[in-house]
Formats: sequence, C-alpha cells, structure tokens
Amino acid sequence: MRRIISIIILAIVALGIALCVINIPFGASKTKVGNYYIEKGREQTGAANIVTSVVVNYRGFDTLGEVTVLFVAAIGVSTVLATLKKKTKKEVEPASLVLSTGCRFLFPLILFFGAYIFIYGHLSPGGGFQGGAVIASAFLLTYLGCRGKRISEKRSKITESLSGLVFIVVGLIGLAVGGHYFLYNFLPKGVLFSLFSAGIIPLIYIAIGFKVGSEIAGIIDKLVEES
Amino acid sequence: MNFMNFISNYIYYIGAFGLVFIGIYIILVKRNLIKVIIGLSILDTGVNLFLISVGYISKGTAPIFSKIDIGITSMVDPVPQALVLTAIVIGVAVLALALSLAIRLYHHYGTLNLRKIKEQRW
Repeated sequence: MRRIISIIILAIVALGIALCVINIPFGASKTKVGNYYIEKGREQTGAANIVTSVVVNYRGFDTLGEVTVLFVAAIGVSTVLATLKKKTKKEVEPASLVLSTGCRFLFPLILFFGAYIFIYGHLSPGGGFQGGAVIASAFLLTYLGCRGKRISEKRSKITESLSGLVFIVVGLIGLAVGGHYFLYNFLPKGVLFSLFSAGIIPLIYIAIGFKVGSEIAGIIDKLVEES
Repeated sequence: MNFMNFISNYIYYIGAFGLVFIGIYIILVKRNLIKVIIGLSILDTGVNLFLISVGYISKGTAPIFSKIDIGITSMVDPVPQALVLTAIVIGVAVLALALSLAIRLYHHYGTLNLRKIKEQRW
C-alpha cells in the first residue's frame, strides 16, 4: 500500500519537474557570470583553474562557511558517539605481515599524492577538498590494513584548528592590507602556470587540505572506534 | 524519431532525476535505517549530476587553462562546478552525521528497523 502511494506521489512530482526542466536547454551557454569568470579570471586571480579561482577567490567566504559545516559535522559525530557506553575491548588479532607491510608502504605514497593534489589545485584539476579526502583515505587504509593502530586525536585536533586559523588570518590580512573585503588577494599574482602564482590561493588550499584531511580522518576514527 | 531526439537531448536530466526519484522512493518505502541513509546519498548524487549537467556547454571542456590555447568559448560554466564541490562536501558531512545517529539508535533500541522503533513509525 505504502509502495503504491509513494509511486503515485513520485509520478506527480516527476511530471512537475519534467515540465520545468524541459525549458532548460541542454548544452547551451546560460549564465553571464560564468563567462565573466572565464574571461577575467586569469588576470584577476592568476589561477589557471577557473573552478579554483571561483571557489577560493570570488566565493572564498562561501568556502569558509563550507569548511565550517564540515567542522560542525565532525563535532556532531564525536558528540553523538561520545556518551555511548564503551564495550569491553575485544582482543584485536594483528594483521598479517604482508598486509601491514603493504599498508606501511602505501601510506606515505597516498599522503604524497594528496599533498600534490592540493598544492597544485590552482593549476590542474584538484584542490583542498579533494586532496584532503585522499589524505583521509590514507588513514582509512591504516585502520583497515594495520589493525590496532590509531591516529592521535590531539594531533588531529591541533592540525585542524591551526589550518582553520590560517584560513581566517590570511583572509583578515587581506581585509587589513589593501582590499575592502575578506580574502583580498594581497600577494603578487606571479607568472601564469607557475607553481608560485595566484597569490593567496595555494596558501588557502593548503590550509583547507590539512583541515579537511584531519576532519575526515577524525570522523573515520570515531566511526571505526564504535563499530 | 521525435521521442528518440527528446531522449538524446535530455539524457543527463533524465539520468539525474532518475537518481533523485530512486533516492526518494528508497527513503519513503524502505524500513531499514541504513537503506534510508543510502537513499539519501543517492538523492544527493542525483542533484549533483543535475547541477553539473545544467552547466554543460556542447563540446565543452573543463574550465582549466593550459599552455595550449583551447579558446574561451569551448569551456563549460565554472559556477555549477564550484557549487557541486560545496554540495559534495556537505553530502559527506550529512552522511557521517546520519551514520553516527544510526549507530546511537542501534545501541539504544537494538534494531535498525524503523517499524520497531516506536517513535519513528509513520
């Protein structure tokens, strides 16, 4: 019965949405602001990747809010799981030699790849969030492969707080130095396509990478601990 | 012929809203909490796919400049991509919070079946 009602509701909603969407042409240029960013983005921000310049420079304040949402979610996960009654510690069987060696071999490589993704975020596809997710996946590998090892909660909290502070301080310096808005790009733009270019964008993305990596690793830590 | 034309023009929208409706259906019908969370995640993916396909421009490439000049006109809209970057991160946050709440519910009630959790019946 519930199934039939749900399908009828969905069919009505689908009809409404289809009537709306059919007026949006697929594959045509629609927004003026996107074209403006593509035309002026290189001169105004110095970044080759326009998505990065939108995320960090034009809409940097939104990105601060986004990072805050992730931070609040990490706090929420640890708060919800904190008051849970601790189960009796099960004896963890240590991983086999092959598994633990392979995991210790791969761990620095994955960290390195994540760092590459967020340092080159202004030149190639990638950025702080993606690189942070890759770094967190390295920690997930240690939880799956080298059983019994855990990341230090204190260190991950310190990394997270410091990188959040770097983001805000860089934004406030921009506000104080010359611009009239938060996250003003006060550093020199540099040569296009070189690593040290685009002013504050690489700094912000490195901070975001560390923050996202430590937050997602903390979430993984909490969830693995309870399971 | 007209129908096939319609399908090929709007295939991305159809796929995106297909995912959205699969997600809503799972949320409405399934009684296992983990399946409901999976439905939420599928719904999220569908919305992201829709936003990306709205920003697509025919024969466009990624909005990243390189030393080979590919021309400004053949780049897709960067704004929906930046929005979807935000949406993916929010989706991860929502998923983590929902899973931790599911763990709490399981510890409290001993089941994940929404029928048996009395306060959640509808």
